[in-house]
Amino acid sequence: MTRPGSPPAVELRGTWKRYGDVVALAGISLEVQLGDIVAFLGPNGAGKTTAISLMLGLRRPTEGTVRVFGMSPLDRRARSLRGAMLQDVGLMPLLKVHEIIDLFRSYYPAPLQTATVLAMCGLEEKARAHVGTLSGGQRQRLAYGLAVCGDPQALFLDEPTVGMDVAGRRAFLEEVVTYAASGRTVFLTTHFLDEADAVARRIVVIDRGRIVADGTPAEIKARAAGRKVSFRTAAPLTPTALAGLPVTGLSVTDATVRFLTNEPEAVLAELFRRGTTMTDLEVTGADLEEAFLAITGPAGAGSAGAPPGGVSP
Amino acid sequence: MSVDAPIVTGSARSSASLWGMFARQARVQAVILWRTPALSATGFLLPIILFVFFGLPNADVPYAPGITMGAYLLASYSAFAVSLVMIFNFGVTVSLDRAENVDLLVRSTPLPPLVHLAARAAVALASGLLSLITLFAFAIVLGGIELAAGTWLSMGSWLLVGSITFIGLGFAIAYLVSPNAAPAVANIVFMVMSFASGLFVPLDQLPDFLAMIAPYLPTYHYAQLAWRALGVPGSADLAVSLAWLAGYAAVFFAIAIRGYRGEASRKFS
Repeated sequence: MTRPGSPPAVELRGTWKRYGDVVALAGISLEVQLGDIVAFLGPNGAGKTTAISLMLGLRRPTEGTVRVFGMSPLDRRARSLRGAMLQDVGLMPLLKVHEIIDLFRSYYPAPLQTATVLAMCGLEEKARAHVGTLSGGQRQRLAYGLAVCGDPQALFLDEPTVGMDVAGRRAFLEEVVTYAASGRTVFLTTHFLDEADAVARRIVVIDRGRIVADGTPAEIKARAAGRKVSFRTAAPLTPTALAGLPVTGLSVTDATVRFLTNEPEAVLAELFRRGTTMTDLEVTGADLEEAFLAITGPAGAGSAGAPPGGVSP
Repeated sequence: MSVDAPIVTGSARSSASLWGMFARQARVQAVILWRTPALSATGFLLPIILFVFFGLPNADVPYAPGITMGAYLLASYSAFAVSLVMIFNFGVTVSLDRAENVDLLVRSTPLPPLVHLAARAAVALASGLLSLITLFAFAIVLGGIELAAGTWLSMGSWLLVGSITFIGLGFAIAYLVSPNAAPAVANIVFMVMSFASGLFVPLDQLPDFLAMIAPYLPTYHYAQLAWRALGVPGSADLAVSLAWLAGYAAVFFAIAIRGYRGEASRKFS
């Protein structure tokens, strides 16, 4: 759907956002092409909601620029080209489902039929129910219906599956994939790697306001699937004991050493070769927060992507 | 939904018509109001109840030459009814929007926030008019109040014009106090002002100190519009009443806009 000369759906350039002393986004540059399906993946507090708020014009950047379809996100033409599903918004509990859908349809120049919207969010049988009587999951689906009812070119979904059960989540993600298949741009935030993997063609990992990885789901998974190694040492670890090894997130408390690596076998072999003695050795799969550390940690991107032969004396 | 759907075609509109948005928004807000009896019923019932308690028993008692006590109180309660509806159906609902994060929802759509507010104001005006018509009909049919058609019309129109001041007051309260406190604050401020302005009981029956404060209150000058339409002797010049109401409106809107901008810069910048 990318045509020569058409501006990207979303463009952030050197974008900073500070709330007082707190830095939410630290100079992000990002282009989302038309028709792309991008997941913004990161732990809580990484800056995901701030980024989506900037794209929607709900927040203004402290520095840098944000363009949507080449326009200011506040431009009504830009606003008419996108639909959004946000967290913690009020959904007018006193209206009936079909009434609030009709209300939102009136905001767009060429909206979908109400029946189509009801089918897309699976609320046909709840059309005449009051919004206030819906369950949490149904309310999320309604919020999705309100986001798509204007038949938008770009869909922005902020943590859309929060509050959904497993089956509801799967059905919802399939619906998003179907929508995106019609050539629309989808930008969603999540803190689930599997969710990003299921929907997106591109995953952008964000942590502490910085983009720390950007690639296909396969590339991201290869980098993020870290292993956690911990052991105890009899003698304090010398500062050079781990020098040159592809490890991140190193912590040494008392006699316990912990780090993350994608090549535990090679790292441990090298440690033994260097004469490190250890007890209580454990190698476990890192959870997502820890996997992010593998990408974001101080020794970060450089060593995590090092080739298998990178272990050297 | 086809893959090659153009982003913006030359012929298609690039955004929905503001009028269409406004009409739908107003309709939905009227529905919400109708389903919130605490707001909608009060504006209709309270003035009628007051009229039943105080107006009916005195319907034929003369108040001034050619004016019955019933008609005088009807004018007072009409002013009370419209200003009540403006403060509650506009102010308190705007405050509820803040509490429920509807402002965030609105800003995530192409709907301009001003259209949202304008629709709220239009619905408040329409319900003010409806509340007035109900009260007038009640007074005519059950109270036997007889006034010239021009008097009804003049009273109704000036009350609607002056009600802008109370949209401002409701708006200011919505942004000055927390959403939880707004209904209580609106109630107290408005009831005290109405009483002190002689809307419930004629001014000459109020304690002296209240009669002294009254000429500084917006409700007092608002009621003057109705009393003057009725021809009550000693009621103020139209220009004087309008000047007071315009002054108050300027102050209320200034406070409200300051609060609105302050909140917008906290939540949306």
